Amino acid sequence: MSKIKTFAELQEIRKNLENRMSLRKTAGSKDRIVIRVGMATCGIASGARQTMMAILDELQKEHIENVSVSQTGCLGFCDVEPVVEVIIPDKPSILYGKVDEALGREIVTKHIMNGTLLEDIIVSRSFETIK
Amino acid sequence: MPNYRMHLLVCGGTGCHATKSNVLINELKRVLSEKGLEDEIQVVETGCFGFCEKGPIVKVYPDNVFYIEVQPDDSLEIIEEHIIKGRKLERLLFVEPSLNQKLEEQLDMPFYKKQLRVALKNCGFIDPEDIDEYISTEGYHALGKVLTSMTPDAVIEEIKISGLRGRGGGGFPTGLKWEFTKKSSADQKYIVCNADEGDPGAFMDRSILEGDPHIVLEAMAIAGFAVGASKGYIYIRAEYPLAIQRLSIAIEQARNYGLLGNDIMGTGFDFDVEVDLGAGAFVCGEETALIKSIEGNRGEPLTKPPFPAQSGVWGKPTCVNNVETFANIPAIINKGGHWFKKIGTEKSPGTKVFALAGKINNVGLVEVPMGTTMRDIVFDIGGGIRHGKQFKAVQTGGPSGGCIPYSQIDIPVDYDSLVSIGSMMGSGGLIVLDEDDCMVNIAKFYMEFIIDESCGKCTPCRVGTKRLHEILTKITEGKATEECINHLVELSDTIKDTSLCGLGQTAPNPVLSTISYFLDEYKAHVIDKHCPAGVCEALLSYTVVSENCIGCTACLRACPVNCIKGAPKEIHKIVQSDCIKCGACYDICRFEAIMKK
Ligand SMILES: Cc1cc2nc3c(=O)[nH]c(=O)nc-3n(C[C@H](O)[C@H](O)[C@H](O)COP(=O)(O)O)c2cc1C
Ligand code: SF4
Ligand code: SF4
Ligand code: SF4
Ligand code: FES
Ligand code: FES
Repeated sequence: MSKIKTFAELQEIRKNLENRMSLRKTAGSKDRIVIRVGMATCGIASGARQTMMAILDELQKEHIENVSVSQTGCLGFCDVEPVVEVIIPDKPSILYGKVDEALGREIVTKHIMNGTLLEDIIVSRSFETIK
Repeated sequence: MPNYRMHLLVCGGTGCHATKSNVLINELKRVLSEKGLEDEIQVVETGCFGFCEKGPIVKVYPDNVFYIEVQPDDSLEIIEEHIIKGRKLERLLFVEPSLNQKLEEQLDMPFYKKQLRVALKNCGFIDPEDIDEYISTEGYHALGKVLTSMTPDAVIEEIKISGLRGRGGGGFPTGLKWEFTKKSSADQKYIVCNADEGDPGAFMDRSILEGDPHIVLEAMAIAGFAVGASKGYIYIRAEYPLAIQRLSIAIEQARNYGLLGNDIMGTGFDFDVEVDLGAGAFVCGEETALIKSIEGNRGEPLTKPPFPAQSGVWGKPTCVNNVETFANIPAIINKGGHWFKKIGTEKSPGTKVFALAGKINNVGLVEVPMGTTMRDIVFDIGGGIRHGKQFKAVQTGGPSGGCIPYSQIDIPVDYDSLVSIGSMMGSGGLIVLDEDDCMVNIAKFYMEFIIDESCGKCTPCRVGTKRLHEILTKITEGKATEECINHLVELSDTIKDTSLCGLGQTAPNPVLSTISYFLDEYKAHVIDKHCPAGVCEALLSYTVVSENCIGCTACLRACPVNCIKGAPKEIHKIVQSDCIKCGACYDICRFEAIMKK
């Protein structure tokens, strides 16, 4: 640790640390977007972990902070794993199937950043989940 | 630096430490590294979440899931199920008694819904042993701001605008106190943080120091700048080892960063802090006694004036503030005095931290805006009375305060409203009493505490409180007359008027307030020789409930003085004149046929 010599330096340090706490701060905010990755047995087998890590990496690269990434259990779409669900407050949630690493990154750059859906990989749901 | 995708916050407050949260932390870390997840999932030890009753607490980010009563053995399942597969562990979720429903998210819990966290904002949110986490939540920003862009007068003005009043009990306006200290001219001045916290049942200050020690250091430095002091003392009781340890770590880290010491942030301002350990006497929380104790003398109060702001530690102007008072300062500087003034009530702006204890479901630490009603605190946040019993009263202000009966439960809690009903805010300990508590006995309990803690310097307090205790004892033993109640009141008034320091001046409060709200209970003791709550042993009698007695003879055989008459399959009977009230019959009867009343 070296001494902080000016107020500007303190503010600089805080900026660099922001990343570290954003995960916790975002969790409590009302307008956070949630990305859920299906991580049950078949999800993990089909590479859901790599997809999730790619999404996390892309979010960090783009300095996006209001997004929480979490895993979820079986969503009942084993044949289109890995599945990724994007939940934006006040909008119907969107479920994507067969999301590999590259598509995971696209979800971030297109859907999250521009609001453009990735129409080709949307999985239509035959049932509603009770919230 | 690893880019963690999940944080597991584990409470490392004193309450959760006692239930082995430190073992849990090690176990979580061990399992994570076994699974190769140590660079993905971060385990963070935090300060108190306030939900101590149900500890150890684990909070999972970003999922916002709140687990209670987590044992070290649960680590593997949490990691395999929740962390790896994303399935919440139902059995560790909190079940809200009033809703009978499992609540996943912390925000859903009534316990947290009505709270507003200013002083506790970082408790249970950051790692108190890591200055970087504090800095990342705007830590030391307020200090930077005052040092680079404000004059001492402007700082004092901002605190005055906020209307902040001392949280140590008296409620004195903090801005005024700083102004008085600034106006006293001297070559050296001191800032003192009062962390003596002597009220039985109180642990607000301890929790702040354990959960967010830097906030107090930052605020002390700001106060130092405002009043012109370069040195601070934190007076803390030696029984708070965890708080002392975290403070020491924080001081060292702040020094390493140059946020304490000479020429802070290159502004030429010097400020450093020293921790001073007290032996834990209640009277040492009184500011003049505390100052004596810092100087290495016996902790005895002095007459005021002179006030510490004129002549304090080593005869120099000294500004004494409570831990929680300090914890409000950085937010006031960052967000402005007007922001703070809008919270709470007109005359008591801001929030107050309370430690809930006694017969309440959610024992723990809460922070609410001033003006929140006692009903909200006890029934919504506190979850109501244990085991569905009847609420009787809340004792506020510890041994200097009084009780609030059900008829006053809708009172908005602030400094002035509590005084108007004969209690006081005190430091924030709230002890909830139910139908099984005898109010005379409660008054006696506090008087015992006072007798032990009085420093003995002045007669009304030293002798007077002993007399009060004797009279109360007589009442609980059924040896008193109605006249005794009047004696209690007269003597109390004398003690209040003639004692030297706040301890003696407020010591009779628990007696006076129980008499004023529960005179019936006092009368039952002196006239009917009966304790309605069934607490005072000497006034109890044991009788057989004929309808329940099946004549099993168990009590007859258990009675050490053979005063129970009966025969198998006959209803038994206790000969009252011979009964020594040992309770053996009550304990042994399996048919609820012995009544204690
Ligand atoms: C008997 C007695 C005990 C006290 N104990 C404490 C204490 O434990 N902590 C505290 O902050 N103030 C305590 N006080 C109040 C202090 O004297 C002083 O008013 C306070 O520390 C000032 O800080 P504040 O203005 O920030 O509240 C006590 C006062 C009396 C009379
Ligand atoms: S009032 Fe009691 S504690 Fe205070 S100085 Fe007198 S004897 Fe000591
Ligand atoms: S133990 Fe209870 S049930 Fe048995 S004889 Fe005594 S009072 Fe009756
Ligand atoms: S209280 Fe003790 S002495 Fe009295 S009747 Fe019961 S067992 Fe006997
Ligand atoms: S296990 Fe993956 S969808 Fe069912
Ligand atoms: S000590 Fe853990 S919640 Fe209070």
